[in-house]
Amino acid sequence: MARLEDLKLTHRLFVAAYPFRTSDWAPGARLEKPLSQSKFALISSAGLHLPDQPPFDLEIRGGDVSFRELPNTLDVRELRISQRSSDFDQTGAREDSNLVFPLDRFRELAERGEISTLNHRHFSFMGSITAPGSLVSDSAPQVAEMLREDRVDAVFLVPA
Amino acid sequence: MCNQSVGLIAGVIEKAGIPTVSLSLLLMVTKKVRPPRSLSVPFPFGYPLGKPHDAKLQHQIIRAALNLLESPDELPILQDFVTA
Repeated sequence: MARLEDLKLTHRLFVAAYPFRTSDWAPGARLEKPLSQSKFALISSAGLHLPDQPPFDLEIRGGDVSFRELPNTLDVRELRISQRSSDFDQTGAREDSNLVFPLDRFRELAERGEISTLNHRHFSFMGSITAPGSLVSDSAPQVAEMLREDRVDAVFLVPA
Repeated sequence: MCNQSVGLIAGVIEKAGIPTVSLSLLLMVTKKVRPPRSLSVPFPFGYPLGKPHDAKLQHQIIRAALNLLESPDELPILQDFVTA
């Protein structure tokens, strides 16, 4: 795993003092069918977007809580990264976006019948958010509602 | 902060009734955020799925994470990924 020591000193001090928010989800949801019958959506916080979508705003104080909708038909080689975090080494992800958004791997799982199918859209956030209030009250619930409308059975999330 | 963001988004989706599983790059943060199901991976920031173009390793990580979705264990589940 990445270690706290991997962060720059200023970031380390910030993380040590930062009041992390606990995720509020009780009692939790259960997968109601086997994986082989389940429809999946992916979410990445690497700041991915398509060339024709606006990049994330790296200047917003507290972080840009907006999201981009990524169509399931995209070619991962098209993806761009706009990410504020200087702790996120983008070298590997620029070489292979599957490193932060494993769409090709999930396509292979669907081909092999290990999962049923992929949703027609996935979602991208820029995870470097220090003021997550409106992430929790606004943008993440919007995504959750879309995933419900799409009747997605399970979601796989990747930080960067 | 990415690990907090992912954990919080996972929580919101889970609360809407859809089960989630997330990867974690920073155990200390994930322990505080407590998302429903999380697989802690032994890789640096920017490398949650291990290595670029290593489909085998990427599949091992995804499989280990998907197993958590099928686990009957009480939530939250926080498991370490062990390389095969």
